[in-house]
Amino acid sequence: MSTSKLELRSRLRTVTDHTVTVLAVLATILVIVPLAVIFAELIYKGASSLDLNFFTKVPAPEGETGGGMANAIVGSGVLLALASIIGIPIGIGSGIFLAEFGRGTKLANAIRFTADVLNGVPSIVMGVTAYALIVVPHVSFLPFLGHFSALSGGVALGIMMIPTVCRTTEEMLLMVPNAVREAALGLGVPNWRSVLSITVRTASPGIITGCMLAFARVAGETAPLLFTALGNQFWSTSLNEPIAALPLQIYVYANSPYEDQQRMAWAGALVLIVLIVLAVSLVRFVTSRGVLKGAS
Amino acid sequence: MGVGIEVTNLNAWYGTNHTLQDINLNIPANHATALIGPSGCGKSTFVRCLNRMHETNPIARVTGNVRMGDLDIYQDASPVEVRRRVGMVFQRPNPFPTMSIYDNVSAGLKLNGYNNRHSLDEIVEKSLKNSALWDEVKDDLKKKSGASLSGGQQQRLCIARALAVDPEVLLMDEPASALDPVSTSKIEDLIFQLKSQYTIVIVTHNMQQAARVAEKTGFFLNGRMVEFDSTHKIFTNPSDKRTEDYITGRFG
Repeated sequence: MSTSKLELRSRLRTVTDHTVTVLAVLATILVIVPLAVIFAELIYKGASSLDLNFFTKVPAPEGETGGGMANAIVGSGVLLALASIIGIPIGIGSGIFLAEFGRGTKLANAIRFTADVLNGVPSIVMGVTAYALIVVPHVSFLPFLGHFSALSGGVALGIMMIPTVCRTTEEMLLMVPNAVREAALGLGVPNWRSVLSITVRTASPGIITGCMLAFARVAGETAPLLFTALGNQFWSTSLNEPIAALPLQIYVYANSPYEDQQRMAWAGALVLIVLIVLAVSLVRFVTSRGVLKGAS
Repeated sequence: MGVGIEVTNLNAWYGTNHTLQDINLNIPANHATALIGPSGCGKSTFVRCLNRMHETNPIARVTGNVRMGDLDIYQDASPVEVRRRVGMVFQRPNPFPTMSIYDNVSAGLKLNGYNNRHSLDEIVEKSLKNSALWDEVKDDLKKKSGASLSGGQQQRLCIARALAVDPEVLLMDEPASALDPVSTSKIEDLIFQLKSQYTIVIVTHNMQQAARVAEKTGFFLNGRMVEFDSTHKIFTNPSDKRTEDYITGRFG
């Protein structure tokens, strides 16, 4: 009798096991489907407008057909480079402070709270703030700003990157076992050196992922750029002038009455996504080359 | 060459918990000294006071004197200087996971600004030979991560890493407790060889291990050192009843 009871229980467990597996697979599919649909839609509507002109020409003047988004692609690159230069070092630095030097202090708790709030601020608010602080001339405290410019756009995006980079850096550093820190200190390595050369290095794959997440997130931001970088129909790589950006150009063309320009907007969105995927993959490839056999 | 360690009136606390009370003992140079006692008796805290690792915990406090050779480690030196003279091997092997075997061994030197490539090569080879790991890893020094080795190999890698900075004292906090018997006996052989060059202090739960490797043994109980004598005396004819109870397995 007890044998049949055991058998029943074991069968029940097998059924539960299969059910949960099926549910997990379904959930995975649910995650992938929207992504695949978006990508398919972009290719369907945008791929036909992708030609050499798209990558080499600036937008055509009002009323004319043709033209491209070359200036917007380059502009996005400039803005994202600026944002990364500002956002990544400050984010990683503050994350290191939170996890290693300021752990448990009031200052660290205040910074962590501020970062979490900053993370929840809508991007349009971030744009208005950047506009009020660095674009409007009479409030400006920085001598080289005071008007729409690539630099102000980079600053707005950079500030948006800080909280994500900061918090992932902190989380990743906290995941480094204390035994690793003690090993370094036990060798007579000063604490600051141990933090920079051992702890941060051990956590670096996770920290890089955090930076990539922040990068990909701001790469598609439009709202903060409306008030700062403004957009530009012509070639410009000057940091002190308004600059074009892919999301801005997509926004302008998507609202256009001309079908030709609407198709260009789809193509722009496709290019934006592909470029983000390429950039993230490139960073992953470059940073994974130094990883050793068996490294965890 | 190792130096002797003279501990006078050492007291240590974690918060309000008085974990070490009035410890006095002389650890002889170039010998292995074993510390035994039940879990939580303060052995680990004691060795962590010998390289000032105890104070890395913000709630920890320590008073008393520890002399290593001519150096009073709490008066005359910074924690960093002390730890350069005192190597430590931990209970669980803790190689730097993202570093190669070579970088693990040379880490202590490199991170202290020592960068002579040629002599680094020599030191790495010598340290790995001293920790009996050289033959097993010499072909993968820069190819494999320290974390890819087996547990026993990792622990010998950690010993090599500690030896590379040329310490005078080697502290080992239950170095073999996470290892299988074969790796354990390798570590014990190693301690036997190393004690001619270093002063070794080893914490262990394994009394046979203490008897095998150490000339002197100290018995800790409830934060106090009950007895400190030659290993032979402790295990055959202890003066204190509590020591006898512990080694005969009546408690702990």
